[in-house]
Amino acid sequence: MSLDLPAGRAGGHRRRRGAVRVRRSFLSRLDIHAAPYLFVSPYFVLFALFGLFPLVFTAWVSLHDWQLAGDKDWVGLANYGELLADEKFWNATYNTVGIFFLATVPQLLLALLLANALNKRLRFRLALRLSVLAPIVTSVVAVGVIFSQLYARDYGLINWVLGLFGMDDPIHWQNAKWSSWIAISTMVDWRWTGYNAIIYLAAMQTISRDIYEAAALDGASSRRQFWQITVPLLKPTIIFTVIVSTIGGFTLYAEPVIFGGGSVSGGTTGQFQTVAMFIVKEAFRDFEYGYAAAAAWVLFLLILIAALINYAITRGLGRSSR
Amino acid sequence: MTAIQHNTPGVFKAGVLTKVMLAFTVILSIFPIYWMIIIASRSNDDVHDVPPPFLPGGNLGENIKAVFEAENAHFLTGIVNSVIITSAVTLAVVAISTLAGFAFASLHFRGRNLLLLSIVLTMMVPLQQMGIVPLYQMMVTLGWTNTLQAVILPFLVNGFGVFLMTQYTRQAVPRELVEAARVDGAHTGRIWWSVVLPAVRPGMAVLSIQTFMLIWNEFLWPSIILRADNPTVQVAIRMLNEKYSTNYVLVFAGTALSIIPLVLVFVFFGRQIVSGLMDGAVKS
Repeated sequence: MSLDLPAGRAGGHRRRRGAVRVRRSFLSRLDIHAAPYLFVSPYFVLFALFGLFPLVFTAWVSLHDWQLAGDKDWVGLANYGELLADEKFWNATYNTVGIFFLATVPQLLLALLLANALNKRLRFRLALRLSVLAPIVTSVVAVGVIFSQLYARDYGLINWVLGLFGMDDPIHWQNAKWSSWIAISTMVDWRWTGYNAIIYLAAMQTISRDIYEAAALDGASSRRQFWQITVPLLKPTIIFTVIVSTIGGFTLYAEPVIFGGGSVSGGTTGQFQTVAMFIVKEAFRDFEYGYAAAAAWVLFLLILIAALINYAITRGLGRSSR
Repeated sequence: MTAIQHNTPGVFKAGVLTKVMLAFTVILSIFPIYWMIIIASRSNDDVHDVPPPFLPGGNLGENIKAVFEAENAHFLTGIVNSVIITSAVTLAVVAISTLAGFAFASLHFRGRNLLLLSIVLTMMVPLQQMGIVPLYQMMVTLGWTNTLQAVILPFLVNGFGVFLMTQYTRQAVPRELVEAARVDGAHTGRIWWSVVLPAVRPGMAVLSIQTFMLIWNEFLWPSIILRADNPTVQVAIRMLNEKYSTNYVLVFAGTALSIIPLVLVFVFFGRQIVSGLMDGAVKS
C-alpha cells in the first residue's frame, strides 16, 4: 500500500504528463492551423459587415421603391430603366467624365515631366520633394474653399490676374460648364500632381542608368531618352496611377460641392454636378433611396468600363511610339 | 551613388529649363497655402482691395476667435469629433492590418492567396460611395445615426492597409526567424508580439501617417451620417462656408485651423511620407 502509493502517484504523474503532451501538441496543431484565420478575421469580419454587405445590399435596394422606415416595394428593374432615361443622370455622367479628362490628362503628363526634372542632379532634394507634396496637407475641403475664393467673380485673384492681361469682363466661373470644369479640374490637379510625380520619381530611380548611358552614346537626345526609355519602362506605374485617378475622378465629390457653396446640385442647372453628387442628392435630399442605389451600381459599372478603357490605352502607350 | 551621378552627364544634368520649371512648380504648390494664411490673417475689407494683399496681416487671432464663436458651425465640436474619429480609426486600422499582414506574409494556410487577391480587388472598389444607402439604412436600423461609431466603423475596412503591412512584413521578417521562434516553442500570438511587431514598426508608422491624413480629410460619409450640430472638422468648414459665404476671413481662418494637424504631421514626418510613398510605389 505504502509502496503502491508512490508508484501510483508516479504513474498518475506520468499519465498526466502524457495528457499534457497530447494537449500541448493538439494545442500547437490548433495554433498552427487556426491562428492564421484568427489573425485575418478582424479584417474580413469588418469587410463582410461594412464592405461586402452594403455592396450587395445596394443591388437589392436598387430593385425597390425603398423607404428607410416604411414600405419597400419591389419594382424590378424600373429604377434602372428610369435612370437610363434620366437626362439629369446623363448630365452628371457627362460632367464627371469631362472633369475627369480635364483633370487627369494634364495632371499625369505634368507629373511625368516633374518627376523627370526631380530625377536630375539637384541640390535641396528633400526640400524640393516636400514642396511638391505640400498640397496633400490641405484637405479636399480646404482646397475647395481656397480655390473657390481664388475663382470668385468679384475680388478673386484669378480674375484679377486675367484683368492684368486685358480681360475686362470678370468670368463667373460657376456659371458655365467649361469654366466650372476648369476650376474644379485645377483643384484636383493642384492637390495630386506632386503626389503622382513622387510616385513616378520612385519608379524612375529603379531604372538602371546604364541604359541611358548606352542611349547617350548612340546619340539619343534627352527628349528621346525620356519618351523612348523612361516612359515605356514606367508603364506599370503609369497604369497604376491611371487606375487610381479613374476611381478618384469618377467619385469626385467634395471639390464640386464646396465650389457650389455646399450644395449637391452642382450649380443652377447642374453644370458641374458629378455622379457622386447626383447619388447623394437623390438619396439624402429627395429620399429616393432605391433610385440612388441604382445610380451607385451604374457608377460602379462606369468606373469598371473607364478603368478598362484607360488600361488598354495606357498599355498601348509605348508601343506606338517605339 | 553620387559618384555614379557625377559620371553620367547628359540626361541627369539639370538645365536652366528644368530649374525654372521646378521653381515655378514649387511656387504654384506653396502659393494657395500661403494665400490661405494671408486671407486668414486679414480683415474682410482687405480682401476686397485692388490689387489684392500679398502679405499676411495682423487679424489671425481675432479671426480664429470668431471661428470658435460662429454659432452655426460648431467648430470646436468638429475638431474634437475629428480627433476622436481619426485616432480610433488609425489605431484600429494599424492593429487589424498588422495582424492580417503577418498572417499573409509569414504563415501558411489554405486559401491564403485567394483571400489576399480578394483584398487587392476590393481595394479598387469605392466601397463607401457604392454602399452609402445600405450603410445609412444600417445605421438608422441600429439607431446609430449621429454617433461617432457610425462614422468610424465603415472606415475600418482598409484593404490598402492590409496590403501594405503584408508587403512590409514580407520584407522585414525573414521566414527563418518565424520558424526558429516556433521551434523554440513560441505560439503564433507570441511570435506576432515579440518577433513581428518590433520588426514592422516602421511600416506601422507609415500606415499610421497615411491613415491619419486620409481619415482627417474624409467628408462625404460624415456629412451624411452626422447632424449639423455634431460635425467633423471638414463638415464644420462646409457649414462655415455655407453660412458665412461672404465672410472670407472667417472661412479661411477655419480652414487654416483644420489643416494644422496635417501640417504638423508633414513637418515631423515629411521624410517618412516621401520614403513611404516612394517605397509603396515601387512595390506595387
